[in-house]
Amino acid sequence: MTTRREFLVLACGAASVAAATKVRAQIDPNQQALRKAAMQEALRRVVGDAPVRRGRVKLELPPLIDNGNSVPLSVAVESPMTPSDHVKAIHVFTEKNPLPDVVSAYLGPRAGRARMSIRVRLADTQTVLAIAQLSDGSFWSDSAEVVVTLSACLEEGLI
Amino acid sequence: MTTRAARLFLAVSAARLFVEPAAAGEIPLPERRSSYEFMSRETRAMQDDDTGNPGTLWVLDGEALWKRKAGAADRACSDCHGDARESMKAVAARYPAFDPARGRPVNLEQRINACRVGRQKAPALAYESKDLLALTAYVARQSRGLPIAIAIDGRTRPFLEAGRERFFRRQGQLNLACAQCHDDLWSGKLAGSPITQAHPTGYPLYRLEWQGLGSLERRLRGCLVGIRAEPYAYGAPEFVDLELYLMWRANGMKIETPAVRP
Amino acid sequence: MARAIVNVPARAKRGEIIEIKTLAAHPMETGFRRTQLGELIPRDIIRRFVCTYNGAEVFRVDLHPAVAANPLIAFTTVATESGTIAFQWAGDNGYAVTETASIRVE
Repeated sequence: MTTRREFLVLACGAASVAAATKVRAQIDPNQQALRKAAMQEALRRVVGDAPVRRGRVKLELPPLIDNGNSVPLSVAVESPMTPSDHVKAIHVFTEKNPLPDVVSAYLGPRAGRARMSIRVRLADTQTVLAIAQLSDGSFWSDSAEVVVTLSACLEEGLI
Repeated sequence: MTTRAARLFLAVSAARLFVEPAAAGEIPLPERRSSYEFMSRETRAMQDDDTGNPGTLWVLDGEALWKRKAGAADRACSDCHGDARESMKAVAARYPAFDPARGRPVNLEQRINACRVGRQKAPALAYESKDLLALTAYVARQSRGLPIAIAIDGRTRPFLEAGRERFFRRQGQLNLACAQCHDDLWSGKLAGSPITQAHPTGYPLYRLEWQGLGSLERRLRGCLVGIRAEPYAYGAPEFVDLELYLMWRANGMKIETPAVRP
Repeated sequence: MARAIVNVPARAKRGEIIEIKTLAAHPMETGFRRTQLGELIPRDIIRRFVCTYNGAEVFRVDLHPAVAANPLIAFTTVATESGTIAFQWAGDNGYAVTETASIRVE
């Protein structure tokens, strides 16, 4: 069975794939559905039944990524970060990676600012979701769409 | 053009080729662009910040290895070379360089191993091993910001020509020559990735695709696999000739080690 | 072996919010990759990162395989007092690294 990466190695050097007007993800649709469900489940584990509101969170990712192996990601949440009103946790999820969880950061008033930067792996063109858990129990979110391309010539396993 | 004029023209051109490697196909200095310029803003930022550049981890290891005694001679690099920041300044900018003992140019990795075996009386470090990469990165880092300065003389010219011939030769099942993409089609794209001019200004470098630091030879092996050619063995003369040509082709460009690339 | 690089300002004013940047040397093997012979390469990642300020935890991260190799983690903290800011990374196969930095708070 030719894997997606093997196919791309064989195709390397041939005329580049005609640019589609819409960027399509490359993971098999059945797997996509499973992974999307996994993300919903991971989200439920963190949030429970509580509503998640859009806003107050800013998720920053480059829209077009050089290489999905290392993508700079930043999350910032509007919050005074006082003992009575602060961000307790920031969770990041993806919908197309093999696992939905990316990172969970736990802060408190001593952070000064609810802000974190990290480098992550993104398996495919997809939506990334950031959830902030506030001290009053509320949940806020932001999402970002990213386009991930693979290296033109893959050298899997070759050293 | 008359036959006589044509023959004269060809004779003069041919003579120029023998007298001095002509600029046939080489990118003129003002148009040379580092692959740095073809990357996204974020990847460039990763290279620019020493504390965020993963290559720094290898450079720090190299610094420690530089001072560590090794081999039967129980000698550290620093015992002969002192402070690398002084003694290794501009060294990487002129490698590959001619080694009289071998009668041919050697690259930086081979030069380091020659010292390991000959002076420290220690076993050679394997290509792409953590230690060799660390030492090479540390030495090359001392040339950061300095212009590549490969000087060609009678001894090295045949090897430069061999390297250039390889750069222009079609190879592999895809029957492609390096020059076709990297001289003629740079700034275009190959399946979504930008085609660069392929100047080795930042080696050894941290490649996101490798998720680690690697040498120029590792990168070139990737290219050869990409055009479905048999990759040369590490340290093969074909490689060092090609490295010599690539560095000479990048003369004047600044060293960026440890660079970051996608 | 350089295990980690940490970047903490050497001095700060009391109450100032300072930026901290950390970089750890780790392959973050996902557990999804295979060798050329098809064998699965077992997972080997950093699981947890903790920052303490004179012993008190001020920032903590749970990492998953989706975190990149040689991960950079940057965050902020309030410069409350002079002392030691400590960083601990812990993960699979007994991986445990600690780095410290001193800070003078005026």
